[in-house]
Amino acid sequence: MATAAEDGMVLLDFWVSPFGQRCRIALAEKGVDYEYKEENLSDKSPLLLKMNPIHKKIPVLIHHGKPICESLIIVQYIDEIWSNNPLLPSDPYERAKARFWADFVDKKVYECGTRLWKLKGEAREEDRKDMIKILKLLEGELGDKKYFGGETFGFVDVALVPFTAWFHTYEICGNFSIEKECPKLVAWAKRCMERESVSKSLHDSHKVHEFVGYLKRLFGLE
Amino acid sequence: MASGGEVKLFGMWASPAVRRVEWALKLKGIEYEYIEEDISNKSKDLVKYNPINKQVPVLLHNGKPIIESLVIIEYIDEVWKHNPILPKDPYERAMARFWATYSEDKCRGAVREVFFAEGEKRVKAIKCLEETLRALDEELKGKKFFGGENIGFSDLVLGWMAFWLGVSEEVASFEVLDPKKFPWFTSWIDNFLKVPVIKENLPPRDKTVEFFHSYRRLHLAAPKC
Repeated sequence: MATAAEDGMVLLDFWVSPFGQRCRIALAEKGVDYEYKEENLSDKSPLLLKMNPIHKKIPVLIHHGKPICESLIIVQYIDEIWSNNPLLPSDPYERAKARFWADFVDKKVYECGTRLWKLKGEAREEDRKDMIKILKLLEGELGDKKYFGGETFGFVDVALVPFTAWFHTYEICGNFSIEKECPKLVAWAKRCMERESVSKSLHDSHKVHEFVGYLKRLFGLE
Repeated sequence: MASGGEVKLFGMWASPAVRRVEWALKLKGIEYEYIEEDISNKSKDLVKYNPINKQVPVLLHNGKPIIESLVIIEYIDEVWKHNPILPKDPYERAMARFWATYSEDKCRGAVREVFFAEGEKRVKAIKCLEETLRALDEELKGKKFFGGENIGFSDLVLGWMAFWLGVSEEVASFEVLDPKKFPWFTSWIDNFLKVPVIKENLPPRDKTVEFFHSYRRLHLAAPKC
């Protein structure tokens, strides 16, 4: 196993970020050693600003001094450098499907989830319906498979699983039960949590909810 | 001509996302059947093959649908391995994907904002758009294309800016493509449009301008929620 010093791997991250967690999970699945650096997002480090001058966002993976930005790009990079426990399937059509669904998670889950906790009243009712629709589509794609990747934990699983720690928050903000609407998805989330790479990377959903409370106060939403 | 099964592309003539897939197919010399969609009256087939967002482009390869233009281009590159679009090196691939994502996540939204904005909002929107052009200009320093000596993934994905940004400027009456401010980016536009596969596969400019005029009028006239 390569050490962080030998391979020069640093991950600039923020504890609760689902995007950062994707990278942590991918690195853990590959058994790669790295140095984790927690960023203070209200006082970003010179290193972060240097490594991601365009977006100034985490996560950033620094490998041999070179930065890779955007979580799904980082995960694909990790998958291409370390060929053990492949996250993307080998068949091009299956790879295309995996990329589509990972992109779907990016475009839909995070954005709708953010609206859910930020907005109030009628707008929230619309967002709740949207979130249920989005989760049902994902559940449809999962079907009766163990993981989105089939028998093996894969790219879409890595892309979506960090958001499961936010399910509790979505449920409270949207006043609905994800287990009731999407039982297969909830069962999948529990199976993922049995993997050490996931359980060690995700935070307890109540801690996430606490963090959202802090954000709401920060934005004057409470 | 590259063979490898039956290839069909559902598209719309004015769409930059569709055009970039066509550029990729033509770069590889892949024969395909093109099906023009009427966006206001989508075909049963389009809805069948892309039930999720019912949008073009949709590539059908031996009856199996692939959606989202960036996903389609990577698929094409993996199935037909000659004339590679993405680089071999994993770090270079990550960079190519980064700029492709930048095009979709930042540049498109920035142009859209200016296109539909009026008054003070437009001034602000133009500043945002210029920031993206600055970033692209910086990235191109010393390079002919984003892909280096030849066009690659980032060029194909960002390629819409070489044609559709100029169209947007004309339709919405604004000007951002200043060679003094963005010398590398404006050179890239010239070089990109000279590449034969690109030059021979652009929509007619007058028709495109007319289309986006109507599109803009329709959007501005729609009741705001």
